[in-house]
Amino acid sequence: MSGDGKKPPMISVQDLWKSFGPNQVLTGIDLDIEEGSTCVILGGSGSGKTVLMKHMIGLLKPDRGRVVVDGEDIVPFDERDLERVRRKFGMVFQGAALFDSMTVYENVSFALREHSDLSEEQIRAKVREKLGIVGLRNVEERYPAELSGGMRKRVGLARAIVLDPKIVLYDEPTTGLDPITTDYVDDMILTAKRELHVTSVVISHDIASSFKVADKVAFLYKGQIVAEGPPQELRHSEHPELKHFLQMWFGKS
Amino acid sequence: MTTSDLESTPRKNPLVGIVEGLGNGVLGFFQTLGAMSSLAVSIVAWSVRPPFRLQNLFAQFDFVGVGSMVLVALTGTFSGMVFATQSWSAFELFGAESLVGPTVALTVTRELAPVFSALMVTMRACSAMCTELGTMRVTEQVDALETMAVNPVQYLLVPRVLAGLFMVPLLTMIFDTAGLSGGFLVAVPLKGLSVGTFVLRIQNLLAPKDIWEGLAKGALFGFTVTLIACYRGYNASGGAKGVGQATTRAMVDAAVAIFIQDYFMGLLFHA
Repeated sequence: MSGDGKKPPMISVQDLWKSFGPNQVLTGIDLDIEEGSTCVILGGSGSGKTVLMKHMIGLLKPDRGRVVVDGEDIVPFDERDLERVRRKFGMVFQGAALFDSMTVYENVSFALREHSDLSEEQIRAKVREKLGIVGLRNVEERYPAELSGGMRKRVGLARAIVLDPKIVLYDEPTTGLDPITTDYVDDMILTAKRELHVTSVVISHDIASSFKVADKVAFLYKGQIVAEGPPQELRHSEHPELKHFLQMWFGKS
Repeated sequence: MTTSDLESTPRKNPLVGIVEGLGNGVLGFFQTLGAMSSLAVSIVAWSVRPPFRLQNLFAQFDFVGVGSMVLVALTGTFSGMVFATQSWSAFELFGAESLVGPTVALTVTRELAPVFSALMVTMRACSAMCTELGTMRVTEQVDALETMAVNPVQYLLVPRVLAGLFMVPLLTMIFDTAGLSGGFLVAVPLKGLSVGTFVLRIQNLLAPKDIWEGLAKGALFGFTVTLIACYRGYNASGGAKGVGQATTRAMVDAAVAIFIQDYFMGLLFHA
């Protein structure tokens, strides 16, 4: 995938193996994600998507293999080095995972207070800017419980991008949302890519939304990536499992 | 009979089942104890590493300490009154009513104050702590902290456990004061003991060591109950039901831990 005089990939997973007890979850994953692109890791539940994503940000250590992020193999890193690497990431959680004891403003400004010494005014400007990018205004003083699901996702993204990360990870961004909100979240992912030029990794089992936002789709099945490529190419893939998976959706609509 | 036949034979002896269950229970107990100890070590290690988030620490001091003051003062006063009433009716039988003061003073400072303060904190603060941490865990807020390069043990657990360690001894002092006042109230105005006798007898029999014993117990209990609440909440799983179960277990463990520790601390001080 890489090479050909192109820039090295932002994330490169090489021969990654991981098991939990007797349970082989990842069995030799190879995946390159180019800088500035959106890669969707598609797979059914139990395919190991979340485990793969957790390796990218160093929340899990593999049994074997390399995870190269922005030129560094993060597998041998200790907690202190990992904290440094994690600042390159922003993560949007499935349920947004906003701190519910804090207002929207406190949520979005959280990482700034922890990791920068900006003045209160600069923080306020930055929070405004990020909330503007995700299309939210006048919600700073509200608490997460007072927001709709789609708005919470947006605040989650604003919080994830507040330190200007190079990579944004989305954990099942559209799971459990109604079609209109799903559309809204897809647009949000596309906007974030366009405005911030970030590398995005989306894990999902939502085929429609995956095909809408992805530059590349990697199909994960039983701990291996069995097919990968641009969405249009994958749609015509002959891989039996992927075909079955796609038929479930295309058959429906 | 081959080995595989032996292995596939179901075990019928109920004694084996009992022993197995007992073994699993003991094993589970020590596993939990081990996990809690290693969490305690990591909390201590993270508490001395910058950044120090004083705002979080004082918020917990306020919640655990200031928030429990009225409750502790109330239970303290009534415990002192109950104790004075009961001991009065006993001492009255052999004309030793003047000993009511020191009896109340010694039991309150050594035992009742730390035990009840810790129980009140467990009930009021630790239950909320455990539920809050458990909810944060199951809604991925703990993971969110981690991905934002903030250590959740340092950010969430350190201030809570330090609040237990420092606030429960302070609450113990309030309980001491309230308990003695309650005893005074019963012995002097209600039963007619003279103020002088009440105070003098206490002065004769209550040593500073007794108060220190209570405070040391308070610190230990405070550390333990908040640690247990943090451990259970932080490791909660399985949605709302899991959080509820974690809180129930935390409350039971904490209450039992207080009394067990109290006995051994007593041995330590009076050996």
